[in-house]
Amino acid sequence: MEGRQNPRQKNMPGEGQTLFETKPSPMNMRDQLKPDRSRERNARRLCSVVVAGFMLLVGTGLRGQDSVRYQRDVLPILADHCFVCHGVDSAKRQAELRLDERGSSTKTLESGQQAIVPGDLKSSALWQRITSDDSNQTMPPPETGRALSPDQREILRRWIEQGAPYEKHWAYIPPQKAVPPLVTGAEYPIDRFVRARLAAERIQPSPPVDRTTLIRRVTLDLTGLPPTLLEVDAFLNDPRPDSYERVVHRLLGSEQFGERWARWWLDLAHYGDSDGYLQDFLRPVAWRYRQWLIDAFNTDMPFDQFTISQIAGDLIPNATISQKMGTGFLRNTLSNREGGADLEEFRVNQVLDRTMTFGTTWLGLTVGCAQCHDHKFDAITQREYFQLYAFFNSADEANIDAPLAGEHAAWEAAKPDYDCKRTELLAPVTGQLQALQTEWEQRILYTESHPSEDFAWDRTLELLGLQWGQNLGEGQLEGLGIIKTSPSQRTTDQQQRLQDYFLRSAPSEYASKLKELNVSELITKLDALTKALPPITRAPAMTKSPATRPNHLFVRGDYLNLGEQVNPGTPSVLPPMQGEGEADRLALANWLVSRNHPLTARVAVNRLWQELFGRGLVATSENFGVRGDRPSHPELLDWLAIEWMEQGWSFKTLLRTMVLSETYRQSSASRSDLASIDPWNRLLARQTRIRLSGEAIRDSALAVSGLLNRTLGGPSVKPQQPASVSKEGYANQWEPSQGADRHRRGLYTFIQRTSPFAQLVTFDLPDTSRSCTRRERTNTPLQALNLLNDPNFMDAARNLAARILREAPTNDEQRIVHGWMLAISRTPTPEESGRLLRYVQQQRAIFLSDPAAAKTLLNDGLSGLDGEWVMFASVLLNLDEFVCRE
Amino acid sequence: MFELPSRRDWLARGSYGLGAIALWHILCQEGRTSIPTTSVKARAKSVIFLFMMGGQSHLDLFDPKPKMAALNGQPIPEHLTKAKKSATGGVLETIQASPRSFRPYGQSGMELSELIPHTAEMADDMCLIRSMHCEQSNHDPAQLLLHCGTPQFGGPSIGSWVTYGLGSACHDMPGYLVLTSDDGHGLEGAGSSIWGSGFMPAAYRGVTFRNARESVLYLANPGGVNFESQRARLDALEDLNRFRQATTGDPEIAARIASYEMAFRMQTAAPELLDFSQETAHTQSMYGLNSEPTRAFGTNCLLARRMVERGVRFVHLVHSTWDHHSDLSKRIANNCKMTDQPAAALLKDLKQRGLLDETLVVWAGEFGRTPMAEVRRGVQPDGRDHHPNAFSVWMAGGGVKRGHVYGATDDFGFQVTENPVHVHDLQATILHLLGIDHERLTYRHAGRDYRLTDVAGRVVEGMLVPSESQSQ
Repeated sequence: MEGRQNPRQKNMPGEGQTLFETKPSPMNMRDQLKPDRSRERNARRLCSVVVAGFMLLVGTGLRGQDSVRYQRDVLPILADHCFVCHGVDSAKRQAELRLDERGSSTKTLESGQQAIVPGDLKSSALWQRITSDDSNQTMPPPETGRALSPDQREILRRWIEQGAPYEKHWAYIPPQKAVPPLVTGAEYPIDRFVRARLAAERIQPSPPVDRTTLIRRVTLDLTGLPPTLLEVDAFLNDPRPDSYERVVHRLLGSEQFGERWARWWLDLAHYGDSDGYLQDFLRPVAWRYRQWLIDAFNTDMPFDQFTISQIAGDLIPNATISQKMGTGFLRNTLSNREGGADLEEFRVNQVLDRTMTFGTTWLGLTVGCAQCHDHKFDAITQREYFQLYAFFNSADEANIDAPLAGEHAAWEAAKPDYDCKRTELLAPVTGQLQALQTEWEQRILYTESHPSEDFAWDRTLELLGLQWGQNLGEGQLEGLGIIKTSPSQRTTDQQQRLQDYFLRSAPSEYASKLKELNVSELITKLDALTKALPPITRAPAMTKSPATRPNHLFVRGDYLNLGEQVNPGTPSVLPPMQGEGEADRLALANWLVSRNHPLTARVAVNRLWQELFGRGLVATSENFGVRGDRPSHPELLDWLAIEWMEQGWSFKTLLRTMVLSETYRQSSASRSDLASIDPWNRLLARQTRIRLSGEAIRDSALAVSGLLNRTLGGPSVKPQQPASVSKEGYANQWEPSQGADRHRRGLYTFIQRTSPFAQLVTFDLPDTSRSCTRRERTNTPLQALNLLNDPNFMDAARNLAARILREAPTNDEQRIVHGWMLAISRTPTPEESGRLLRYVQQQRAIFLSDPAAAKTLLNDGLSGLDGEWVMFASVLLNLDEFVCRE
Repeated sequence: MFELPSRRDWLARGSYGLGAIALWHILCQEGRTSIPTTSVKARAKSVIFLFMMGGQSHLDLFDPKPKMAALNGQPIPEHLTKAKKSATGGVLETIQASPRSFRPYGQSGMELSELIPHTAEMADDMCLIRSMHCEQSNHDPAQLLLHCGTPQFGGPSIGSWVTYGLGSACHDMPGYLVLTSDDGHGLEGAGSSIWGSGFMPAAYRGVTFRNARESVLYLANPGGVNFESQRARLDALEDLNRFRQATTGDPEIAARIASYEMAFRMQTAAPELLDFSQETAHTQSMYGLNSEPTRAFGTNCLLARRMVERGVRFVHLVHSTWDHHSDLSKRIANNCKMTDQPAAALLKDLKQRGLLDETLVVWAGEFGRTPMAEVRRGVQPDGRDHHPNAFSVWMAGGGVKRGHVYGATDDFGFQVTENPVHVHDLQATILHLLGIDHERLTYRHAGRDYRLTDVAGRVVEGMLVPSESQSQ
């Protein structure tokens, strides 16, 4: 495969994209293969405007005279230029011609022509059309802006002459485990794959990074926190040959490991602590899912179980509470409680989101594209999309009792008494109440099947479906679900909750009857009773719907325009589901983690790689489809995927394999010899400097200043920020948490979807309404202002300064060195400490001349502190090196 | 080691400002890049988008329906009620004629309501679209559609699209600024999502500019840090970052240094923007800065002018709320009192400074209101419900026709009868005026090339000043 290529060939699909291509269409990005000096000059000029040192990979050269490959060379051209009209999408297909299958592209069309006659260029209509001078004939039509370049035509020419062989898209073929090539000096399999490729390109790997940077890198990567000075010292002074392995072992066993990797997965789940939409009600138990993730990572739950729990934990026979809690993954969709549209429309939107999130997370495919039409590029039909949708269409939102430690015993002890008193309380009116409630339930059910007959009842039904469990984060349709469950089948809890709702929210036409029964007084007493009952904390989960919903595809994605009926099923381009049982979510999850599934392991492995190397082996970690990038190291990706499955899907083992590699342990310093040939570092001849996430930057500042509260898990907290931030949402309030809760790790920060915590947003927290597979890493003036001036960071600076003065001897030089080491782990160079000394003296002079300013800066606290040291500490927390992992 | 640009190089190229930084990031995000085309000739350089949050009543402001007066209080024709579902559960059965008087204004004779006398004076500079429509009847989805081209959350705002497409021409301010005001009811709707960058990098997010001591979040130095001290901090940081850059060769550090410099310039520029002492008393009173109801929105309008003067690409004013389900007479009059004079002053001021030709001003809500009275339980029946089928929007400057009314609705302002303009068409037209082809400004996310106008939208030539340069 790639390793056997002619060493001259440095082209990597997806990378020859010339960024300054003047042609308008982004579709053309991948096509510019030919060295074009004028473009290169242009590019360089523009580059130097932006920033020098950034070099383009321009002109990677046509590939000699060797054979053209469908996957590598032809498919990208067809996908970008032809498939829109001649691809999978039957609705948009022109002239009955599809070019994505050999059977179709070589058959005789109605016109009598044949698009491709293998081996016979002149007879191939495709060739005639793409080379035609007649603008009525030319393909692609000039107005599409998708014109082919001469090089692309040349590739198609050679391909047809070679007999137009097709290959299946690489990502749909199950991974094959290759033997890592033998490379002198490379021991770990990862390094053998990487170095073999580098050797073929005649590139030397970078030297190992120094030990200080190494422990900082691996600690930040595995735990999201910088190492302490003690940890750095211990490692530097550990002469044992396996000292690094020991550090890795310690980090994988730390509690912070689970916190760091839970946040990684929360991006995929698009977690939030509120409903979204206008009113953005709270979800006070959303954190239970986050906690489940932290625990899963810390206990190293194998990825197959991890997957099954999140997609179908509730369907596992005799499922435990924890297994059910995994389905909290599917509960991060937005909930509209405002109304104005059909309940069914809201429900459908949620199912669509679940289908898309599922597709992105596990398949790495953009299945959502097939919601409205057959996928234009990937072999997923609209029908297949709705077959996936059908799995989730039969699942309903339902919170479960998931008692925290100690809750259950107290509750269990008190519950019989509660039930007894409740019955007693209601006894005088039970009969009448029950009759009223039964009538109400029947009217609700009738209204659902006969909408628009009675406005008031329409509204009653709507409110039940919108407001059930509001501000409790309960599933909206659960109340309706209980009504649909026959009374004898309802649990005591369901009965009581429905009754509670009825008593409080019965329609006004029942008002007089309820008044006769003195219900308001009953409610007061019931409230008191409920308050006295020890609580059981609930958790978001999914359950199999009591209703059977037929599944149809939606014509043009419109849920009111039902098309063909479909059954749950998986895309035919992937291996079929095995087994005889029902095609439900559990079967879907089992199918995902079956050994021959071509996507699941590759997609997940790639995302872990992305976290540790700054980019995935497949750069488009969200898209393994035809239009995604091809892997830079396909054999390595496959080796890792299979190795992972064979090792029992252990996250920790896999991460350990990666961080122990020499490829991971290389220096990340840029190299001028690579700048022009591999600016994106796809060949991995070095490590990559990565700006930390907003959470990690905050956590690091808190950690080095000694403020960090390391409590593991629990409900979300609200650090301080100006009240104006939450005013950007409709009814949002931001009451800052008190005391040490202000200094919890960033992943515990409450996510109010319509006005999320500003510091995290500024540092690229992804939009919480969609699944995100890779965060942006921008670099903006607002980030600078945040780190320079945010009172949270100034608070950290004050505390760091106090710590420096407390721990370091009294002269300036030693304080500077100590502060630097606390923040950056390494010792400063003489140049750095000299500059800082000058700076400290400068600030000292400023504050000496303005003691009032110093007093304000010190915030009237922390006696014995001097302004210049706060300003010194603040510089440390703003350093590029502080916010990056090198 | 690489040759790296010095700080002076950076500053000398300051005209690229955030644009350069942003561009740098586009370049860094390989695999998702589109270089927007400017094959269309640009008529406008910047946009002031006055978003009237909540959906104002077109029937009381822009679209007179004299025939309704005689039918006031009568049942609405049945075919219309059938076409309508209440958004919030009110009853919509009887016709509510507007009690507002309308009359023609200016040479164009554009008929406008007594509620907006100042805006009406500018009729000859406005292009009023009476045939707007969309299919979203709730605030969030309709606001998202208007701003992001999709009713779903997660898309970038039109301001993000514009700054992504054109960059910023301002070296000391972000290219996309947001100013908010309200009538005491707070912001209503999709919140910051309407100026969020969605799946685009945060660099394209609208930056909320607060009309306060700290106009941009964390703009002010920490207490006790004076100018000199802040400058010393930045100088030290820059030197230290430069040392690190020399060691690592990471060009991203140059971008970080530049972003700190930009932050510092913003610290000076933002207070300067807010400092109206150089504005004449006449200008200040024209915007209504001296009287209470107009002060907040007037300040924002004056700021908007000052921002576009300084090259800010997209200024987004959000005024909330026009969501008048009840107490319509009083509340709409109140909102008009707050916004009418300043909006008119903005047009007048831009015009007299010669800025109106290159600045596109858009005044829009997410939908209109029903011709039927909305009756809610326990509430005095004086309100109108959401109505996406037909509503009005006006634009001025930047290449749109002057004194022109485009499109029309039926006798109830219920349905569009002539020249319908969908929200996507409005977006396509706005981009067109900025020299952007809405079909070619794309951003690749999750394997798909997204557009502001999704898969729809057409440029509405009938609203544009004809131009020979259109032939290409």
